[in-house]
Amino acid sequence: MHLHHSDTFPDSHVHGSGTSSAAEGSGGRRRALRVGLGGPVGSGKTATVAALCRALREELSIAVVTNDIYTREDAEFLLREAVLPAERITAVRTGACPHTAIRDDISANLEAVEDLQDQLGTLDVILIESGGDNLTATFSKGLADAQIFVIDVAGGDDIPRKGGPGITSSDLLVINKTDLAPHVGADLQAMARDAEAQRGDLPTVLTAVKSPGGISPVADWIRERLAAWTAGPA
Amino acid sequence: MNRAALLVLADGRFPAGGHAHSGGAEEAVTAGRVRDVASLEAFCRGRLHTAGLVAAGLAAAAAAGYDPLLLEEAADARTAAPALRYTSRRLGRQLLRAARAAWPCAALDALATARPRGAHQPVVLGLAARCAGLTPLDAAHAATYESIGGPVTAAVRLLRLDPFDATAVLARLAPDMDHVAAEAADAAQRVQADGPAALPAASAPLLDITAEQHAVRGARLFAS
Amino acid sequence: MTLAAVPPSSPLPTVPTVPGVRATARIRAIRAGDTTVLPTLVGDGPFDLRRARPHGSQARVCILAAMSAPLGGDRLRIDATAKHGADLHITTAAATIALRGPTTAHATYDVHLRLAEHARLHWLPHPLISAARSNLRQSCTIDLAATARLVLREETVLGRAGEGPGRLSTRLTVRRDGRPLLEQQATFGPGAPGWDGPAVLADHRAIGQILIVDPTLEHRPPHARLLGDDPATGQAVLTPLAGPALLITALAPDTLRLRRLLDAAHPIG
Repeated sequence: MHLHHSDTFPDSHVHGSGTSSAAEGSGGRRRALRVGLGGPVGSGKTATVAALCRALREELSIAVVTNDIYTREDAEFLLREAVLPAERITAVRTGACPHTAIRDDISANLEAVEDLQDQLGTLDVILIESGGDNLTATFSKGLADAQIFVIDVAGGDDIPRKGGPGITSSDLLVINKTDLAPHVGADLQAMARDAEAQRGDLPTVLTAVKSPGGISPVADWIRERLAAWTAGPA
Repeated sequence: MNRAALLVLADGRFPAGGHAHSGGAEEAVTAGRVRDVASLEAFCRGRLHTAGLVAAGLAAAAAAGYDPLLLEEAADARTAAPALRYTSRRLGRQLLRAARAAWPCAALDALATARPRGAHQPVVLGLAARCAGLTPLDAAHAATYESIGGPVTAAVRLLRLDPFDATAVLARLAPDMDHVAAEAADAAQRVQADGPAALPAASAPLLDITAEQHAVRGARLFAS
Repeated sequence: MTLAAVPPSSPLPTVPTVPGVRATARIRAIRAGDTTVLPTLVGDGPFDLRRARPHGSQARVCILAAMSAPLGGDRLRIDATAKHGADLHITTAAATIALRGPTTAHATYDVHLRLAEHARLHWLPHPLISAARSNLRQSCTIDLAATARLVLREETVLGRAGEGPGRLSTRLTVRRDGRPLLEQQATFGPGAPGWDGPAVLADHRAIGQILIVDPTLEHRPPHARLLGDDPATGQAVLTPLAGPALLITALAPDTLRLRRLLDAAHPIG
């Protein structure tokens, strides 16, 4: 058995603290927009990431960091589906606590993000996928510039009403698998209404990301965020 | 001197990546060698007096102001398994990030510049302690506590151990931790005269072997 | 003690007035044309040094034991030097057994190996056995020039059949070109904390290492490699060090299975 790891590194990297500003990319370049994707197990986070990569990879330079709970399955799914070249996908291990790695101690994710930026040069967007967690999981502002929370109609149409930080404070709420609503008896209008009540002006998208065109509203939202990020103060 | 900074540095919630590492406990659990509170305690005692002692010596020497790059070399010589050298540098890089935010200091900046891909974690820990106004003995205490605090937390998650029983393991090992930290700090005092060879080099063959086993395991919760 | 028979020509063991023997073996190898010669080959006390049949340009030395050693209180030392371009092979005739002796005081057994530029040394002693109630501090210090090559194999057995080990502490220090390459210490046996626990040895009682230092490893560093999937028959790992060197670390229930693992990892002729 051959083990592949190396403890010798090329010396070509400077890193700052966790609270890096937009201007703090390597060589004074504007760094990539970092978008976190969280949500319960099975709601379609990885499918959303895969669909976003397919929709945006021709126009944007994208990389992905996965936070797998136990295996590298999320990363390997993305590799198998060939949504991006392998060097654009990195897996971070989280010691059974995915929410810790995206909120309380973001150091491993920041290393992964910076390594991607260094290896790939110019990057527009880095998607950071959380391991499946509960409704309280949120991304630290030190790690993600914006966060998407993905739930699905099969998980129960009362989830938006129940609230929680992911529902109430995410920059975009995706209510996924709307095509399943008739089969699981989910009331889409009630979900939309409850989401609006919880989220005020924050946007919500009801869609099925695997269906044709289903990812478009999410991809459009990323384009808008990126435009605002690029235009914003460095 | 600022003793409360030691609590900040040694806190398991200090955001330096430790939560994703089991210090070899996951592989010991997988192999069936750690399966209950008693075997966890035996694991921790062995780790404390080997890897913990070595880390404490390096940390104390760095906190005493000894050249961190010479300590890097000493750490390499004391870490036979490449998986453990890799992990140590990864964690060192993460700790350096957190420490530079917590205790901005030219010495930490210089180490980051000299070792952009990460310095050995105990060296960074000692230097961070120095920048926080702590003593070499304080740094040794932080290293010894960390050497078994991580495995205990991991074992709670891996074996569903009663967290009260697990914490009692740490409490029972507190006198050992004091002893190891004192030994490490004593050794660090001799480094200026005798060089890094004066530092402890206690090895743990099973930790070396299992670190390489763990590094190629597909399904695992912890990074090490 | 060394188990080899002592030939009649060997010096008789001296009887010390205070417990403990002080003895040194000295070996110096130099290159002479196509061969390696041994201008210094002396040992007192338990050390009986023999020239073995050379192997091409390699000089071979076998260390026989003329008495039981190390016992508590003994101070034993071996100094071996391979000068520029010399090729030296050193082994022992049989296992070395640390015994309690007349006192509970510790014995010391210090080995110093020095390799000059382009020198090569094989250090392949038989196993060291830590018998119950013995107390030994063993060290091996090696200084290599940048172009020197080393093959070292050391095996340690904790306790003879059916007994626990004595107290044994070991230290291996390897410097190459003046810089530290490998530093390892271990303490086993009664009073040593955690040595038989799941982080250090678990229930293994035979420990072995092969260390290869060779400048050519700089250009082709080996991959880490695992050997032995069944803990009942032992396990080993081959690891590249942070330098042109590799270390094989093996654990097994006994010497036979230990040697099998070490041979599988890196056969030594």
